Amino acid sequence: MSSFLDRSHTVAAPGFNRWMVPPAALCVHLCIGQVYAFSVFNLPMTKLLGGTAADWKLTELGWIFSIAIFMLGASAAVLGRWVEEGGPRRAMFTAALCFGGGFLIAALGLSLHALWLVYLGYGFIGGIGLGLGYISPVSTLIKWFPDRPGMATGMAIMGFGGAALVASPLSVWLMASFGVTGSFVALGLGYTVFMMVGAAIVRVPPEGWQPEGYVPPAQQKKLITDQHVYVFTAVKTPQFWLIWIVLCMNVTAGIGVLGQASAMSQEMFPGRVTALTAAGFVGLTSLFNMGGRFFWASISDMIGRKNTYFIFFVLGAVLYILVPQTGAVGSLSLFVVCFLVIFSMYGGGFATVPAYLKDMFGTRYVGAIHGMLITAWSAAGILGPVLVNYIREYQISIGVPKAQAYNITMYIMAGLLGVGFVANLLITAVHEKHHMVEDESDAIGVV
Amino acid sequence: MNGTSKLQLILAWGFVGIPLAWGVIQTLASAVKLFQ
Repeated sequence: MSSFLDRSHTVAAPGFNRWMVPPAALCVHLCIGQVYAFSVFNLPMTKLLGGTAADWKLTELGWIFSIAIFMLGASAAVLGRWVEEGGPRRAMFTAALCFGGGFLIAALGLSLHALWLVYLGYGFIGGIGLGLGYISPVSTLIKWFPDRPGMATGMAIMGFGGAALVASPLSVWLMASFGVTGSFVALGLGYTVFMMVGAAIVRVPPEGWQPEGYVPPAQQKKLITDQHVYVFTAVKTPQFWLIWIVLCMNVTAGIGVLGQASAMSQEMFPGRVTALTAAGFVGLTSLFNMGGRFFWASISDMIGRKNTYFIFFVLGAVLYILVPQTGAVGSLSLFVVCFLVIFSMYGGGFATVPAYLKDMFGTRYVGAIHGMLITAWSAAGILGPVLVNYIREYQISIGVPKAQAYNITMYIMAGLLGVGFVANLLITAVHEKHHMVEDESDAIGVV
Repeated sequence: MNGTSKLQLILAWGFVGIPLAWGVIQTLASAVKLFQ
């Protein structure tokens, strides 16, 4: 089994079509992105004992998602090098066992009504599966698509955004048919099989492989290197931390309003947006979040990563400032359009960053460096919702009408994008003293 | 695997594309209510 999982056994044979690799990556991302739809289980999990006082509370259940997202960032950061050196199949296989196994342990926790088992299963072990799965196909895709690295990683990360669209209705149907515990078992088994298919079909290109007809540019652009930077060297460069800020600010601005989109639309347009239509609005934002990942990452191949993030920060700030005006003039359609574009750029930020890292640090350790960068997502996951929720509560406590309680938040989000703009502006090429030399890569044992 | 056949490509893309398309259709059906 270990040989089947080795990087050396995943090298593609002559004639292998590189377009087999994006579906392999999607097999993983379409499963692990289920974490975005986990909230559909929350209410049913508060009624496992018939809604008695012994039942779990929503606040206790909220920790399951938080632990999973924390473990996503932590495992991606800690295990990034292991993923990079062992190859994508070993990482995908392990991710499948962790993510699927996490569901099964959580199902045991549900049947025994032991919350710690749910934390351990879905949160801790499943969260490790999330982190491993998220970064596992990144460098492989970049190596298969040197001509379109943004589009390639955008396709995989689009799957992460789209997974909730599948998981949400599927989970509702499973719960209606098999109950909450039964759905956890079904999802655990189903996701394990689905991810294993990805692990089976993934391949890495042979050393020195180039797409047919592809000629690497004779003169490299200033911000695209053909050298490699070792993962632990990369995290010591200012470029890594500037990209960290770029990602953190872009995600903070989006994630803060992501969880509030339904309430915000209802409170800013009282009487016009009901809970039902708000659910439709949230669904549309998910679609644009998913589509933006592919669209913006592909655009970045044409206009460059730095320019793509400039668009996110400038257009994003303008749209956030515009949102309160849409409420003031009562234009629901303009409100919807603003947020659909904002969420497309939120997703686009995730999908464009692996190619940005590849441009700055080369392909050899891009997966591991990307793993380290995921900590920006974890930080934003705390910062964004805290900012939105606390500012809204404070506004309401000082007598601001609910319809206007989000105005200040929108201006702060625009300010955060301003910080991201400056960080992006400061990014320059990595100094050549950080580049790896061949002896160094041999000593580290990278093929 | 020596070479990739068209059938393999179709199967691989169908395997991920069909569930994703189903999710998109479900979401669009729900989003239509926003404009009714």
